[in-house]
Amino acid sequence: MTNFSGKVLFLDRSDINTDEIIPAKYLTEISKKALKPYLLEDIKLEGFAPHKDIKGKSIIVTRANFGCGSSREHAPWALEANGINLVIAESFARIFKQNMFNCGMPAVELPVETIDHLFLNFAGKETLIETDFEKNLFIIKADKLKEEIPFSISDFDRALILAGGWVEYADLKY
Amino acid sequence: MGKTIAEKIFDSHLVDNPSGDINVIRLDAVFCHEITTPVAINDLVARGKDRVFDPDKIKVVIDHVTPAKDSKTAMQGKILREWAKRNNIRDFFDIGRNGVCHAIFPEKGFVRPGYTLIMGDSHTCTHGAFGAFAAGVGTTDLEVGILKGVCAFHYPLTIKINISGQISEGVYAKDVILSIIGRLGVNGSTNKVIEFTGSVVNAMSMEARMTLCNMAVEAGATCGICKPDMTTVEYLWEFIKDEYATKEAALESFVKFSPDHDAIYDDVIEHDVSRLEPQVTFGYKPDHVKPVRDMEGIKVDQVYIGSCTNGRIEDLRVAADVLNGEKISDFVRGILSPATPKVYNQALEEGILKTFMDAGFCVTNPTCGACLGMSNGVLAEGEICASTTNRNFNGRMGKGGMVHLMSPATAAATAITGYITNSRLYKRQEMQGGAK
Repeated sequence: MTNFSGKVLFLDRSDINTDEIIPAKYLTEISKKALKPYLLEDIKLEGFAPHKDIKGKSIIVTRANFGCGSSREHAPWALEANGINLVIAESFARIFKQNMFNCGMPAVELPVETIDHLFLNFAGKETLIETDFEKNLFIIKADKLKEEIPFSISDFDRALILAGGWVEYADLKY
Repeated sequence: MGKTIAEKIFDSHLVDNPSGDINVIRLDAVFCHEITTPVAINDLVARGKDRVFDPDKIKVVIDHVTPAKDSKTAMQGKILREWAKRNNIRDFFDIGRNGVCHAIFPEKGFVRPGYTLIMGDSHTCTHGAFGAFAAGVGTTDLEVGILKGVCAFHYPLTIKINISGQISEGVYAKDVILSIIGRLGVNGSTNKVIEFTGSVVNAMSMEARMTLCNMAVEAGATCGICKPDMTTVEYLWEFIKDEYATKEAALESFVKFSPDHDAIYDDVIEHDVSRLEPQVTFGYKPDHVKPVRDMEGIKVDQVYIGSCTNGRIEDLRVAADVLNGEKISDFVRGILSPATPKVYNQALEEGILKTFMDAGFCVTNPTCGACLGMSNGVLAEGEICASTTNRNFNGRMGKGGMVHLMSPATAAATAITGYITNSRLYKRQEMQGGAK
């Protein structure tokens, strides 16, 4: 299991859709790796430069309804191909969230106040998040700041991550 | 305690309850297309699980890019074709017999009231128009559907939207659903099912109900559902006539999937459409909705009529009625994509294609192509498209392009003038002999 820790990419907007995460013209690719250069290519977000800002990041922190629109699992794959395997948001679109856990990657929701707090205190700084899955805790660090933020995920979502995704889980069980 | 339609369907399909409100349900059908399925196939092969749960319950179409536009799309078709063949999947719709998935599968009678079905396509919610639970899923869910015939969902909470009032001339199901999305917002029903009900829905054709349910996902919903009634029976009759002695008997069987009077809803919304005007989107989200009146005068470069939202015969009839011998503007590229070969043929026989062609439209084969900027009508940077599709996301029909969603009637009127135009107003001016 990955440790779901690393540098944070802040995306300060709600309703970021899967066409923005990976445009449809790349859906003709049949390998995950091929999606790498195109992540967030078409996003409408002031001051965001995809190639420069994505490099080295492992975690996205964003606002509400992340991953809305098309069902394409290419969206989590494009994240994965870039080394991003955890998304923290105020809320997610249903299919995107399910796709993340089905791929064995967590999509974790935090209350709006906590997300506001993270943007206010950490966005713009080099921020690191360590994930403690035993204690359900994010440890967030930047400069001299260090905070612990608890989270929760359902037992089923946890089981999917432990099983390495839904295909293995389902084929064994049903 | 009473149940909603979705609750009745879930309870009759429950396989497992692994934790909390997660229900693993049995699937009656798994639909596949060439964009999201080949990756699932490749993964299943790589895992040594190249199997299908039931070849008769898997329905396959090539629709997003057809005919193939390059080597990569040709390969997607090839992977799908070979997989269907080696797994004995007989319902496979290839070039010449293919159409937009959410238009062709209902047309073939593959959806029934009370069914559960999934597809690797977010607009799968369309099939809820038949009183089915139909949900778009990602590739991994699709893989498990193909392999085991099951899928996991949260037990459904339902929002009931009671659509009432007298719908005005020139206002269609598309305007109704745009107004509902404008009201709910793009995540107003996330993880929930929307039950569309009320006198307006009861009076709607299956085509109009499909338009309504098709865009439920644009408000975040897992599925849009209409209760099955005689309209549903009539639409399906040619496929079910051997199963039931009479239409009444079929209806009696289908009404098991009607909501109970004491069903408990997450929310009940009254939506009166008496004063509703034709609607159009203005921004990059489907809930950026305004009356056409407020958007008139915006110049467009392309008009696209088609898609799983509005590419059915009724939509083409409405648009042809507005075109009615007129020519489209010199600076507009008009593209019509009938959603299925059956729609294409009907439109041919009814003289609708001639109306479109005489007006200056290009008529393409049935495909999803332009709607998601993959083929057959991609926009250039800075261009504006009036479109009967379902998404106006930034870059959706081509990088840097702007999409205004609207009904086929509004799109046809817009094609004539070259500016966003209310079809009612256009008709009125015409009657008065006024300027176009």
